[in-house]
Amino acid sequence: MSDTAKNGLSRYITAKDVKRSAIMAVWFMFLTFPIMVIKVNTVTDTVEWRWFNMLIIGVASFILSHVWKLMIDRREGRMADAVSSSVIVEKKTLRDRMEEKPMIKKVGSLVILVIAVLFPIVTGMYQTSIMITALLYVVLALGLNIIVGLGGLLVLGYIVFYGVGAYTYALLNYHFGLNFWLALPLGGIFAMIIGILIAIPVLRLRGDYLAIVTLAFGEIFRIVMENWNGLSFGPSGIANIPRPTLFGLDFSIQQSTTLTYYVIVIFVIITIFIVRRLEDSRLGRAWVAMREDEIAGEAMGIDMWKTKLAAFALSTFWAGVAGVIFAGKTTFINPASFTMWESILVLCMVVLGGMGSIPGVISGALIITLLPEYLRAFSELRMLIFGAVLVLVMVFKPEGMIPAIRQKYEFKGITGNKNKGDK
Amino acid sequence: MNSTYFIELFLGGLTRGSIYALIALGYTMVYGIIQLINFAHGEIYMIGAFTALIVSGALAFTGLDPVLIFLIAAVVAVVWSASYGITMEKIAYKPLRKAPRLSALISAIGMSMFLQNYVLLAQTSDFQPFPELIPDLAFLDPVSNIMNTTQFIILVTTAVVMILFTLLIRYTRIGKAMRATAQDKIMAQLVGINVNRVIMFTFLIGSSTAAIGGVLISSHVGQINFYIGFIAGIKAFVAAVLGGIGSIPGAVLGSFVLGLTESFGTGYISSDYEDVFAFAFLIIILIFRPSGLLGKPTKKKV
Repeated sequence: MSDTAKNGLSRYITAKDVKRSAIMAVWFMFLTFPIMVIKVNTVTDTVEWRWFNMLIIGVASFILSHVWKLMIDRREGRMADAVSSSVIVEKKTLRDRMEEKPMIKKVGSLVILVIAVLFPIVTGMYQTSIMITALLYVVLALGLNIIVGLGGLLVLGYIVFYGVGAYTYALLNYHFGLNFWLALPLGGIFAMIIGILIAIPVLRLRGDYLAIVTLAFGEIFRIVMENWNGLSFGPSGIANIPRPTLFGLDFSIQQSTTLTYYVIVIFVIITIFIVRRLEDSRLGRAWVAMREDEIAGEAMGIDMWKTKLAAFALSTFWAGVAGVIFAGKTTFINPASFTMWESILVLCMVVLGGMGSIPGVISGALIITLLPEYLRAFSELRMLIFGAVLVLVMVFKPEGMIPAIRQKYEFKGITGNKNKGDK
Repeated sequence: MNSTYFIELFLGGLTRGSIYALIALGYTMVYGIIQLINFAHGEIYMIGAFTALIVSGALAFTGLDPVLIFLIAAVVAVVWSASYGITMEKIAYKPLRKAPRLSALISAIGMSMFLQNYVLLAQTSDFQPFPELIPDLAFLDPVSNIMNTTQFIILVTTAVVMILFTLLIRYTRIGKAMRATAQDKIMAQLVGINVNRVIMFTFLIGSSTAAIGGVLISSHVGQINFYIGFIAGIKAFVAAVLGGIGSIPGAVLGSFVLGLTESFGTGYISSDYEDVFAFAFLIIILIFRPSGLLGKPTKKKV
């Protein structure tokens, strides 16, 4: 079966392929005709015909349809391989090697840690600031991963809890002069309380109904924050939120940014540690059971209600804390930072990276935040490219870039128990 | 005075509801058949509106009758939107049939971003005025203070589309195949239904109705930009869920309920909180009826 994959790679282009691609090219030229070619100027009432665009589309889709066909064939070859061969030829991936030799993992983590610590010293403030944002999203994605990746509950309004954290710090500071360090846990706890309050009525909903209700809560939060001037100062937001400082010293902007950076790095490490521990805990396994099959889980004596609430509570806590750091970093917040779009973006990070997989979610978050940032060179095209990347990654790697290895682990567990039972 | 205001709000709500219904149909049909929340569906609606705008702009110099231009523009918009719908399905969803459901959702979100920015780059980011092509109908003059011509046309068109649609689903061969596929894809295949063709047809019909919605609302509101699809898509999705996603009568009912709630909420309480009414209403309904107004309760199976 691996022959097909090989052929897919090295096959030469037949006349049939050319015909197919030509048809595709004509189809896309037809498809994009009104929008790409004609442009009506409503001010001067003139019509511009841009035939050159049509030529580009034709040539591009001719070439791309070849590439597409090749990629799809390869993908299908790979899938067929996985299904047909009973003895899976183990390809040694980096991960396998890591499992064999824990040293690689240790050295790798150390290298990443050293890079992380040196980052603000080596690069400038601008890069550090971008990295803070990226790491904030890492925390958010890891938090959402608890609900979506482990628990299998689709939540589309996650950014609410981020917003609750940010507003907790901003408002407590405005009214009572509360400092950053005290706000940090308070923001988390407050987000958690809101999370539980929202979760209680909606947890009996399933699948997409839950998704849309959380989306609704997200929008309600944003609209209320925009209009309730007495509480949140409306769309103009809250400015002059103090940056984090240490021991009451006066910090320059650069020093504060560096401090914020280290705070978020430490926080990311804590999050990874806790989520990793949670995964293997009784609760983590209960979440996975809930994701795989709720009823079977219940039959095994797992209290689904408690398990779901715990997923919500723990997940929203991270968002709250991240929100406080966000407010401290930007010194200004308004409801525009907490739109539904942000929630969707965080969900994309989780799924793109690989649901339930910590390295996957982290890389998903880093790629999604940093890609548009470094694509600024193509400023106009970047969101177009970004959308295309989302589609392509999902088509060619539907399980995400670094899929979770849970399955394999569980399988070993079952055979182990069976042997015990036989004795 | 008060009753006029009430009727005005009521008709406004019905108009909104009609547009939501035209979009929500596509959502709910696609969901019913492949269990995918097609996030890019709103974009198809936007592309429909844009195509109509471009075509009517290009035809404006030919000196044709405005009504004829409007009809040509609408037909072209439907044809192109349907083509976009089919192409989108082939590229972004068909390879993901066997993948986890969330992957298909992310693919749809990617598609939505792609199409939005494609129109933004190829056309413009500004609001474009949509030409007024529909002449005022004389017999609506006595009630012109509560209902204008475009509203009337929206209501009539929606009603006609709904009737045709029901007939299509109930009595035609392809409608039967669609119902069978929605019920059980594997069994449908076993009895000789070409499931891929049914899915393609579903996207074709869904995109066409969305395009009709796009053309109608653009001529009602009078301006469009590349972002209208996202908002409308979310609203229609809410309507579809409200009615019970996957259920076609549910989507229509949900859309009208949503349209009326928004209209009365903004009219009588406060316009700042327009969307809050819709969403709060949705939450309340779903808390008491977890699978929507007309949705079948999800079976718990082991």
